[in-house]
Amino acid sequence: MSDVTSSAFQAQASARPGRRDIGIAKRYAAERRFRAYGVAAILTGVFFLAVLLWTVVSNGYTAFLQTTITLPITFSEKVIDPKNERADNPQKLMAANYPLLVRDALIQELGIDANDRAKVKLATDMISASARTQLRDIVVANPQVIGQTLPVAILAEGNIDSANKGQIDLKADEANRKVKNQQLAWMDQLREKGALTKQFNTGLFTFGASSRPEAAGIGVAALGSFYMMLIVLVLALPIGVAASIYLEEFAPKNRFTDLIEVNINNLAAVPSIVYGLLGLAIFINFAGLPRSASLVGGLVLTLMTLPTIIIATRAALKAVPPSIRAAALGLGASKMQTIFHHVLPLAMPGILTGTIIGLAHALGETAPLLLIGMVAFVVDYPGSPLEPSTALPVQIYMWANEAERAFVERTSGAIMVLLVFLIVMNLGAILLRRRFERRW
Amino acid sequence: MSASFLFLLVLLIGFGAYFMAHSRAVAAAGGRSVSLHSLPGYHGAYAAIWAILPAALILAIWSAVAPSVIERDVRFSLPTEVLQQGAAPVELAMGQVRSVARGLPLLSDTERSALETGTLDVRAALAAKGVALAGDTQPYMIKSAQMLNSLSATSSLAMTAVVLVVSVLGVFLSLRSVSLRFRARNRVERIILFALVLASSIAILTTIGIVGSMLSEAIRFFQSVSPASFFFGTVWDPRFAAAGSTASAGQFGLLPLLSGTLYIAFVAMLFAVPVGLFAAIYMSEYASPHVRAVAKPLLEILAGIPTIVYGFFALVTVGPFLRDISAELNGLVTGNYTNFIQAQSVLTAGIVMGIMLIPFVSSLSDDIITQVPRSLRDGSLGLGATRSETIKRVVLPAALPGIVGALLLTASRAVGETMIVVLAAGVAARMQLNPFEPMTTVTVKIVNQLTGDLEFTSPQTLVAFALGITLFTITLCLNIYALYIVRKYREQYE
Repeated sequence: MSDVTSSAFQAQASARPGRRDIGIAKRYAAERRFRAYGVAAILTGVFFLAVLLWTVVSNGYTAFLQTTITLPITFSEKVIDPKNERADNPQKLMAANYPLLVRDALIQELGIDANDRAKVKLATDMISASARTQLRDIVVANPQVIGQTLPVAILAEGNIDSANKGQIDLKADEANRKVKNQQLAWMDQLREKGALTKQFNTGLFTFGASSRPEAAGIGVAALGSFYMMLIVLVLALPIGVAASIYLEEFAPKNRFTDLIEVNINNLAAVPSIVYGLLGLAIFINFAGLPRSASLVGGLVLTLMTLPTIIIATRAALKAVPPSIRAAALGLGASKMQTIFHHVLPLAMPGILTGTIIGLAHALGETAPLLLIGMVAFVVDYPGSPLEPSTALPVQIYMWANEAERAFVERTSGAIMVLLVFLIVMNLGAILLRRRFERRW
Repeated sequence: MSASFLFLLVLLIGFGAYFMAHSRAVAAAGGRSVSLHSLPGYHGAYAAIWAILPAALILAIWSAVAPSVIERDVRFSLPTEVLQQGAAPVELAMGQVRSVARGLPLLSDTERSALETGTLDVRAALAAKGVALAGDTQPYMIKSAQMLNSLSATSSLAMTAVVLVVSVLGVFLSLRSVSLRFRARNRVERIILFALVLASSIAILTTIGIVGSMLSEAIRFFQSVSPASFFFGTVWDPRFAAAGSTASAGQFGLLPLLSGTLYIAFVAMLFAVPVGLFAAIYMSEYASPHVRAVAKPLLEILAGIPTIVYGFFALVTVGPFLRDISAELNGLVTGNYTNFIQAQSVLTAGIVMGIMLIPFVSSLSDDIITQVPRSLRDGSLGLGATRSETIKRVVLPAALPGIVGALLLTASRAVGETMIVVLAAGVAARMQLNPFEPMTTVTVKIVNQLTGDLEFTSPQTLVAFALGITLFTITLCLNIYALYIVRKYREQYE
């Protein structure tokens, strides 16, 4: 109601002294205010959601591109294997001076005098130190390349990458900048030649931990997370369903089942870090399982996910109408047959929805994994769940503690990957529910 | 034979037993399957269970116990002068023995004969095979290593034999019992029921495990630090006092951590409760189904985002934003552009945690408000109250107990939250009231004390379990009370 009408109403009220002013206008204003608070509250929530997602995406989308410098590398025999002993001792190829190859190619490309130490140093600083392993892998995989000249796309150093993406403030004083003017000039030179390009960053998905941002990736962490999800699925789903069937269909109503019930509800609300302490004390200290192994992580997350699955499964079993049970029993099925042949299949969509949501929760969980030693610098892919590994959210945590600009970008990129996984899982759960949900 | 291969073999036997029993049952029925008490499949399952279950149980127990028994025997075989040197040298020697035992099978025949005569440089020979030794071997180590290998081989052989015999015996006995009147279904179902009971007792076992493990480690902690100085100490400084001063009294004070935890949780609730509650009221009382269908999932996305992402958000966005805006404000008012809010502060952690808690408050309260019976609202509206008056005077008072329960559950989540505070609250353990300064929490210190190299005997690591049990107790009380209230409330309106 507008001011005009309310003042008109007041005028009318004063004109007719017989009518009591019962404060309708005030009450309606209060009503509107109350409603506005509600809208404001929802908008606040949505606003923060938008800011959060925007922060992640705006910081992170550049992580999917990586600056590379393509150089014609001459795999000179003089550098790699001067004494020609590779036939007898393949180890020689592992320890050869590969950075020298890159240096030679780069100074030739840029036209730098090899005796100008300062400039050569500045130029080689533009190349990621991971070039050594990159070239080594090429040579070890195919020793025939020795003696040939091949164009190789080499990762640019993290700061060069940031500068190429425009993330470094070039107006700052050169002394305070990680990227010098000379390097910027060279970058332009390389860019004109078409050597310096931004490419899709496959390394982000395949590399493991590294102290150099350009060579750091989430591949190893994702495999660790995958192992853990597998363990959680294999253990938590059958155990959770079995427990729910007993509690919902068989358990007599007594003190003991009441206790289990309270227990499960309480376990669902226990802080996740407590599960980490449990895992450390029981699985690692008592049972002697290896630290940092995804097996232990999987077991801890299983215990953490069980209550969620049990609660969802019980709700799904409860939703199956008693007439189904009565019909099966009436036809002579045993109670066990009734449940396993009729009730459980009908409850399955609900159970799977709960399981997927539980898994999504477990996938994003970090705190318990920190305590069982998964904050580890793992470079190689774990071959089995018993080997040291790390997990996607733990990798994010470790990168979040790094100061470099390039790591902020990768942290956000990794978060985007994690969020995509979670969105896919949750959408899957929603679709499953939509598709198979039955209203009896 | 390795344990996993043996297990596979047992599974295979069980598989075979299923089909054997199945066909026996069919044969016993002689074409009239109605005359069987149980379907052939149940006879098969019964045989398979007998083939697999006992054998797998023996296999599991044997694999768990045998290595430690063998290890003990080998340890006693070490020369007495080594055993008298104390625990550390014995451990060292055992480590050598284990490495040598791993390397011995790799040696060639000539090397082995050289070993017999004692002329072999064991360390060099094993290093060439890829087994690195920490030091030179003594003759007794070689003997012990050989003993270790032969004992392991014997144990493995015996285990294989026992497991296979038990499995085959199971098949044999169960096949004999296949007959028309045999109640295989009832027996199989009883075993299934037992498995179901076992699965549901895992919930209890988890709780017992949590309480038991944390309590035992915490008691070890309290042997070196008195409970009084832990629970009432006001200084948190886990480094031990300098040499000479014996006591570590007051170094492990809980109060600074607890006050930080409660303060941050309080700030978070201060932010989350009004927003969440109003959002819930609007969605349950005002919003059209259309708006509700959009707004509710949007808010629930907030609940699905991992807490590490919130921590990162606090670290790169909220913290720097608060710091910069405080500097601007300070400059506008006093002309001095220094920030009065730290990037890591109670306020930063509190606000971000509050954002995380909004969906908890709103969805829990939403459920509870919608449970208030329609008739109460109709009565109030019929008497001429506006909608907001109905909500304030009728719906909310009726829903109050449930809402209090929901808020307690939310508070327990705030107290136990880890990743946000690890990244946003700081590590400085101090007691103060300024929300713009960093404080630390119980969970942050648990993480700090337990990451890095661990030694499970020092109070520095054991204190984490004492902190853990404190945290568990607090959240347990909040949860149980909240669940009790919510349950009671639900019964009232059902």
